[in-house]
Amino acid sequence: MMKTFRLGGVHPAENKLSADVATTVAALPAQAVFPLSQHIGAPAKPVVTKGDKVKVGQLIAEAGGFVSAPIFSSVSGVVAKIDCVVDATGYRKPSIIIKVEGDDWEECIDRSDKLERLSDHQELSPEDIVGRIKDAGIVGMGGAGFPTHVKLCPPPDSKAEFVIINGAECEPYITSDYRLMMEHADEILVGVALLMKAARVDKGFIGVEDNKPDAITLLTKKAKDYQNIVIVTLKQKYPQGGEKQLIDAIVDRQVPAPPAIPVNVGAIVQNVGTAFAVYQAVMKHKPLFERYVSVTGKKLQNPANFLVRMGTPMSQLIDACGGMPQGDNKLLAGGPMMGKALTTTEVPICKGTNSVTILSEKDAKRTEAQPCIRCAKCVNACPMGLEPFLLSTLSSMKEWESVEKEKITSCIECGSCMFTCPAHRPLLDHIRMGKGTVMGIIKTRNANNKK
Amino acid sequence: MSFVLIAVIVLGAIGLISAVILYVTSKKFAVKEDLRIAEVSAVLPQANCGGCGFPGCSGFAAACVKAADGGSLEGKHCPVGGLPVMEKVASILGMIAVEDAPNAAVVRCNGTCENRPRIVKYDGLMTCSAVNSCGTGETACGDGCLGCGDCVAACQFDAIYINPDTMIPEVDEDKCTACGACAKACPRNIIEIRLKGKKNKRVYVSCVNRDKGAFAIKVCKVSCIACGKCQKICQFNAITIDDNLAYIDDEKCRLCRLCEKECPRNAIIAVNFPIPKMADSKSKISIVGQKVEA
Amino acid sequence: MSNKLIVSLSPHAHGTDSVERNMYGVIIALIPALIVSFIYFGIGSVIVCATSVASCVFFEWAITKFILKSKHNTITDGSSILTGLLLGFNLPSNLPIWIIIIGALVAIGVAKMTFGGLGCNPFNPALVGRVFLLISFPVQMTSWPVIGQLYKYTDAITAATPLSIMKHAISSNDPSLLDKLPDSISMLLGNPGLNHGAGSLGEVCALALIVGLIYLLVRKIITWHIPVSIFVTVFVLSGLMHLASPVYADPIQELLSGGLMLGAIFMATDYVTSPMTSNGQIIYGVSIGFLTVVIRAFGSYPEGMSFAILIMNAFTPLINTYCKPKRFGEVNK
Repeated sequence: MMKTFRLGGVHPAENKLSADVATTVAALPAQAVFPLSQHIGAPAKPVVTKGDKVKVGQLIAEAGGFVSAPIFSSVSGVVAKIDCVVDATGYRKPSIIIKVEGDDWEECIDRSDKLERLSDHQELSPEDIVGRIKDAGIVGMGGAGFPTHVKLCPPPDSKAEFVIINGAECEPYITSDYRLMMEHADEILVGVALLMKAARVDKGFIGVEDNKPDAITLLTKKAKDYQNIVIVTLKQKYPQGGEKQLIDAIVDRQVPAPPAIPVNVGAIVQNVGTAFAVYQAVMKHKPLFERYVSVTGKKLQNPANFLVRMGTPMSQLIDACGGMPQGDNKLLAGGPMMGKALTTTEVPICKGTNSVTILSEKDAKRTEAQPCIRCAKCVNACPMGLEPFLLSTLSSMKEWESVEKEKITSCIECGSCMFTCPAHRPLLDHIRMGKGTVMGIIKTRNANNKK
Repeated sequence: MSFVLIAVIVLGAIGLISAVILYVTSKKFAVKEDLRIAEVSAVLPQANCGGCGFPGCSGFAAACVKAADGGSLEGKHCPVGGLPVMEKVASILGMIAVEDAPNAAVVRCNGTCENRPRIVKYDGLMTCSAVNSCGTGETACGDGCLGCGDCVAACQFDAIYINPDTMIPEVDEDKCTACGACAKACPRNIIEIRLKGKKNKRVYVSCVNRDKGAFAIKVCKVSCIACGKCQKICQFNAITIDDNLAYIDDEKCRLCRLCEKECPRNAIIAVNFPIPKMADSKSKISIVGQKVEA
Repeated sequence: MSNKLIVSLSPHAHGTDSVERNMYGVIIALIPALIVSFIYFGIGSVIVCATSVASCVFFEWAITKFILKSKHNTITDGSSILTGLLLGFNLPSNLPIWIIIIGALVAIGVAKMTFGGLGCNPFNPALVGRVFLLISFPVQMTSWPVIGQLYKYTDAITAATPLSIMKHAISSNDPSLLDKLPDSISMLLGNPGLNHGAGSLGEVCALALIVGLIYLLVRKIITWHIPVSIFVTVFVLSGLMHLASPVYADPIQELLSGGLMLGAIFMATDYVTSPMTSNGQIIYGVSIGFLTVVIRAFGSYPEGMSFAILIMNAFTPLINTYCKPKRFGEVNK
């Protein structure tokens, strides 16, 4: 009986068009743009000014607080300016813009292909590892961008028991994690071992959906060298890659409603890309400045996977795949279920950008909403056991008290409800508004209670 | 015959007992309330708009009574009823009504379809808060009006409507009570409650864009670029430039309109001034919502 | 006109489901029963079904266009056709056209459109229409033609239905009257030919309805909870009653008789009027089964299904309030 999460879930069409395209290294951009806020937490603070020369891997912005991460240059060149540029949110945010000259790397970075095993580096203590992760600016590479070193330091009332690596890649179209697993399985496993040592746990799991059998076979073979890392095959169902769903499927534990976090049930979840970045940071002294990105879409001429330097504009990658298709299209950072629609093709690749997906107008156009027919398909689809039809109606009527009682804060905004709704109702649009307002109310209430 | 008598006696007895029970309970469980609150509440417009800052008309009545016990009705003003209602309230409480300067809602954006190019197509829930969380909207301006009408939905007095040609809301100042509901509903804080002004004339900067000038020019034809010319020419220190945006303080403004003429972007608007009889081709007087002559 | 990017909030993909797919799916599931009713009741069935569907669609179109004055007309979503079909299946094949039209007007106009149209009605429209006709025209609505009269419409010969035989047995306390019931196989398949089985269009052939049930389950248009809980409750309760006294018919006959199959599969499972969670649906189904058996045994009407469903429709909002789905994280290990 294949493992899966217990509630809800939907089956969008997979469309993994770029699954078998081997990753190529993307060309260097003419200009690299680094938004200062690429992670959850305080924005980074620039440490360079206009005119400074920078090398690949050089620190250009330091962390703005504990829950924050530094930013490293992915290119060598001259800092052109620090200005506001449109990022994935659609708004103009402060960013460092570097004009690219050559490809000069920092000397400390080990660029060799030699696999460094943890067994050869027993001198690394958990604090060393966490420190290197923090200094390398590693954040969750699955898209959310939560600083990894913060996740590895659980609050005093919780003890971590296992590290779970998310190789599910449940979103349609995206194949960057799959290619990473196929091409760097050894390094990923060392990264997992490092994360386990840093979190002081002795059990590690890598969850992979069953639509990636090659990756499962390869990882299982390589994982034989490690006694404590288990590769778990998961039934393909969206949103298997959600943190809470992953923990439920692999170790059969449910994280309670917010403000509880996964480490309260002993689990630390990291994306497989983060594990790879951890290996590179700790073993190769390479900070986070490049990542795997899949550029895909039905109308795109050549969907492909790239190893991209951060700061590269998406337009360059799209041109490398044959250019933007004719007609009006939707450009998404991420997949079609949770991705962000972008207002321009010049948005730079950031730490959390795992995919550039292009949907044609025919695929992307929303159908006009009909009245709710009370079919309860949204209730059956919700992976968190909520009632989307009720949350959506109450939010649009601004009934904040009722909606808080119905546990709207548990919503993970996966979009399964809207995907399933036969009446094409904009459920998640209303729920998102309601959730934001309720979280604001809760924050104010907690602040007032503290006084 | 006796059946009728019995029926009458029984029903009469039930009626009498019920009346006694109702009387006793109404006396025993009566809520003690200051009678003045009900009296004051009776003269209020009962719109429950919240424009006074209190929860509904009964909340305002309670606050007035409390204030009267405190000695003064200062600060208590009903925007819907205005001075006539406040005078009635004052006479009930034995106080003097303080006249408050009338306000009106002002929409500080002139980014019409002509002035602001649409760069993307938005598809989805047509409310301003939804579009706002999706990015800058259909234009490149991250601070300007989105035209979906959250303000119109919030207004209880039908005083604001979206002009279909410009997709910018316009305020009917005769109906507007300055309750502030539209200002609260706007996710971009474009609407401001400003003084209605002497003879309903007022001058304001019709832009809330905080991008640097070089970018603001690309985004909209009538955006404020914070060049500072208006601030330099104002003789009453009414204009401040903060975060790439000029702002006219309505309490200091003397309606001289020099800033309006100075503005190279036509971003300052003067409302309800008489249009000069001789058409002055060099004059840069702009009228809300109309196409701007460069 | 340069190409623009489209922006909206996530999700940007949608499944293949739609209101039309569900409504037309149920209509397809009714086709076996429709064909069987044509074979058994002939021209009467054609007239009744056609009138019912046509008048339901017409009334919905007319009300939407002239009274509500809304821009979009909802007749294409299939729900009015479905209501028309289900109403028709509840009626005897010799019902005059003008009565059918009145029934359609009540079903669509009163039970559905006054509450706001699709999705807003608290009671099942087809059942409201049927019960209205039953109470307003008791004679016409309780004379059931016998199977097999293909060319007779209002002049068809009528006979006692299995349910009226059962009622008669209970009221006269005479179990021997139950021998007049057709055997179970006949009730399952319906049996053409005079003196064999009578009833409404949709109730005579249980097998056709069961085929429809399987189709609905396979296409995931309904879940098993409501039909199965109704069947189990009716079986158990009527089984106990049959064991207590032979005056009551045996459970298989109860299950196959009257509108139980039609109601359990197509009426009780109506999306709008049934509860939203599995637990709620089971409570709903059990209550309907219980009420049906009680009304059939102790009430003055021979058929209890329609009333049972309408009564439980009134309880659906209450069930929805108290039967919430299990929240993720509620049960903590």
